Amino acid sequence: MTRSTPKTIVNDNPFMKPMEWVSLALLVGVIFILLPMLLDAFRLNLVGKYLTYSFVALGLVICWGFGGILSLGQGVFFGLGGYLMAMYLKLEASSVENTKIQSTPGIPDFMDWNQITELPWFWKPFTSLPFTLIAVLVVPAFFAFVIGTAMFRRRVGGTYFAIITQAIAAILTILIVGQQGYTGGINGITDLRTLHGWDIRTDSAHNILYFVNAGLLVACILFAQAVKKSKLGRILLAMRDKEDRVRFSGYQVASFKTFAFCLAAVFAAIGGAMFTLQVGFMSPSFVGIVPSIEMVIYAAVGGRLSLFGAVWGTLLVNWAKTTFSESFPELWLFGLGGLFILVVLAFPNGLAGIYRTYVEPRLTRRVKALEPAPAVALSHAAE
Amino acid sequence: MFGDYSLGDLGAIFAMQGFAGLILFSVYVLMALGLAIIFGQMGVINMAHGEFMILGAYMTYLCSNFFQTQLPALFPAYFFIAMALAFLASGALGMLVEWALIRHLYKRPLDTLLATWGLSLILQQAYRSIFGAREVGVELPSWLIGSVQVTDTIEIPINGMFVMAITTLITVGVALLMYRSRFGAQVRAVVQNRAMAGAVGIDTERVDRLTFGLGCGIAGIAGSAFTMVGSTGPTSGQLYIVDTFLIVVFGGAASLLGTIASAFSISQTQSTLEFFLSGSTAKVLTLLAVVGILMLRPQGLFTLKVRR
Amino acid sequence: MNAATLPSHLIGADPAEKDFLLAVESLTVSFDGFKAVNDVSFYVDPNEIRVIIGPNGAGKTTVLDLICGRTKASSGSIKYKGQELTKLSESAIVLAGVGRKFQTPSIYDDLTVFENLEISYPRGRSVFGALTFKRDAQVRDRIEEVASMIFLKDQLLERAEFLSHGQKQWLEIGMLLIQDPELLMLDEPVAGMSVGERIKTAELLNEIIKGRSVLVIEHDMKFVEDIAHRVTVLHQGKVLSEGSMERVKNDPKVIEVYLGH
Repeated sequence: MTRSTPKTIVNDNPFMKPMEWVSLALLVGVIFILLPMLLDAFRLNLVGKYLTYSFVALGLVICWGFGGILSLGQGVFFGLGGYLMAMYLKLEASSVENTKIQSTPGIPDFMDWNQITELPWFWKPFTSLPFTLIAVLVVPAFFAFVIGTAMFRRRVGGTYFAIITQAIAAILTILIVGQQGYTGGINGITDLRTLHGWDIRTDSAHNILYFVNAGLLVACILFAQAVKKSKLGRILLAMRDKEDRVRFSGYQVASFKTFAFCLAAVFAAIGGAMFTLQVGFMSPSFVGIVPSIEMVIYAAVGGRLSLFGAVWGTLLVNWAKTTFSESFPELWLFGLGGLFILVVLAFPNGLAGIYRTYVEPRLTRRVKALEPAPAVALSHAAE
Repeated sequence: MFGDYSLGDLGAIFAMQGFAGLILFSVYVLMALGLAIIFGQMGVINMAHGEFMILGAYMTYLCSNFFQTQLPALFPAYFFIAMALAFLASGALGMLVEWALIRHLYKRPLDTLLATWGLSLILQQAYRSIFGAREVGVELPSWLIGSVQVTDTIEIPINGMFVMAITTLITVGVALLMYRSRFGAQVRAVVQNRAMAGAVGIDTERVDRLTFGLGCGIAGIAGSAFTMVGSTGPTSGQLYIVDTFLIVVFGGAASLLGTIASAFSISQTQSTLEFFLSGSTAKVLTLLAVVGILMLRPQGLFTLKVRR
Repeated sequence: MNAATLPSHLIGADPAEKDFLLAVESLTVSFDGFKAVNDVSFYVDPNEIRVIIGPNGAGKTTVLDLICGRTKASSGSIKYKGQELTKLSESAIVLAGVGRKFQTPSIYDDLTVFENLEISYPRGRSVFGALTFKRDAQVRDRIEEVASMIFLKDQLLERAEFLSHGQKQWLEIGMLLIQDPELLMLDEPVAGMSVGERIKTAELLNEIIKGRSVLVIEHDMKFVEDIAHRVTVLHQGKVLSEGSMERVKNDPKVIEVYLGH
């Protein structure tokens, strides 16, 4: 046999394969250099907004693509992150000085409009920035942990899980809209001004926030890559395939699913918080069923198994949405609907799948021709 | 919250709200029946179910306009023709969708969910382009307008009773079809063992298509009945889809009786709470209760214990 | 020669006093009134190879499901080294030392042979443990060792879906082996194999059953005769007969329902 012995190959379990490094470099090049060079401040801010959605798509790749758990309620976590951030910003914008025309100065304007005279208890801790930042990460994770534990321990999965998470998104939306005095109702929390004294509405602030956001996104991608490369990543794939076999290899399947769901929730929450900072408001229209499902399509277009694909998919769909809804608003829903159907029927692995089937084989052939020693990577699993 | 009302008032309130709940119940049952057939029997999540319902509603609207302007003499009876048309239109569209879309995805239920969501977006936009974004209502024939005075404080609208009568008829019809007819036996055979059903000569593809069409057709009838109690807009269907899915899951998929019981409990809870609390709080509490119970008892209210 | 001497409890000793590896007592499970397993009792000694035979629908697979916790018993007890299994979760049962192979090869198609074996390696089974699991020399050596036992040393980097049916069966056996269970349960390990594969599998099983107890479901009588120490015959959810293959073969009840035709 001419095969190399397993030992040398098995050693080769790099953090990223060469092609993945190329993908990362490409992504970093585009979002850190190319887009900031090409776009004006307004458009760049728009891209920044889209990138916040890609946090959600990234989480969905882990949870849905790898773990096989489709959540139709990721808007809940995006919204939680966004609202918690907005609560801090709103309190800062509602200083006694800024709100002295209100009948109760010092509380957010929408509370005053709803005859609330005292800051509700659950708003009070959000005067602290560190508390807010921790809450942005912990509250959604806790929420996901409770939902995940309750459902996965009872072996709820697949379509049932999708329906229930969707119902939770619906409940939260109705709750936010209904409890105007505490949440700002249908308009959401608006008129946000400063972050710890720093005005977030200026072009330069938008610019800085864009790069912070992009940096966080790359950090999340690298973390997700580490998860994917670890044994945990392979267990998620194994679970999606043969849940019983994993269970009878001594793993508590429910804990692994809960982990994936929590991670997706935290990613989504980071995206939500960055959304609030960059766009300057948060409203229930980013929480409910419609945005939740739309974010699933971002991941699906990019490729449900591809971390980088999640970002490209999000950017592409939103670019299309902006372009079409500016010029042919009527056609956009047809286009989006058609996209759902097309991706599912013809390209279940999205852009990444197309790339792997048609582009990568040619590229690797060329790379192989250049380098005599091909890098044999062990893990084909996530492809 | 009961403090301000006398006992007699409370009785009347519960009776009236109970009746309002019964109308909601009827619409829910009709919606959920179609969904229960499709989800329970075929395992397909049809996110466009609400749009199939709205198609029925628009058919009824068209019928109502047509009879009003062209055949005023037959107007009092138009509703029956409208219902038949609604069933046929939604059913036919359903079969077309099954052929073009669903049948390729039977092995990927989560993908079906995404694809049918895409379909629902397309249908919504189509309705908007054809019928406009504004909600439309139908003209009721005179014999359906008005109400029956039961006591001084309790009165029952006739259209409500009519909707309930239709619901009862359809439910009985579906139950007979699924549990007493040859077609129903074939559907259940395909559900339990597709390969075997095919081997004994059942055309499983045809059964799939007819089952899906039937579920969509019943949604059409639901839409038709819906026009009697509410107005119809391009996105009206979306408002009901989550509730309906919860009803089907809560009742235990594949259980007709469970679907009805669950529709009843959810609609009654919601409409009774609605009187005392704001509409949105009532809805939140009802849905939370359902989701909470489902987390503790995911198999729903009525399920058979089967060998896995 | 393979048939062991009669176990002491059949001669008359009190079962409770003996150190059985597995003691199944009056185990019953009913599905909507249908008793798939009805008052089944049997005892497995350390290092014993026990084969369960019986016609289709006799409840063989259900018994394995009950032992490994996949199905919950309606009544009765399953004691493994004195520990009650009916109350434990599936993963806890595995950790206690019970491994199970499914009837159809149950492997991870999307992963390589190496990764399939690695997932079964008994380390890093918690979420955090899996996240920080290191593929060190010890792991690699063990995987290679098992891979050569199951004749898949040269396929380590192949995706499991491209293996032949027989190789998939071996891989699953290997996945169990790497867990190093004290009680190994195999559901029809040679079903669907070619004659050549079957012979190799018998060799393999003879190799891996050393030093552990094995509970096998099998229809292939030649194979059963080759490996069984004792045989338990199930029929309609009940134990029909038990003992050496010789004894069971000559039991008129067994001949009537099973071997006779």
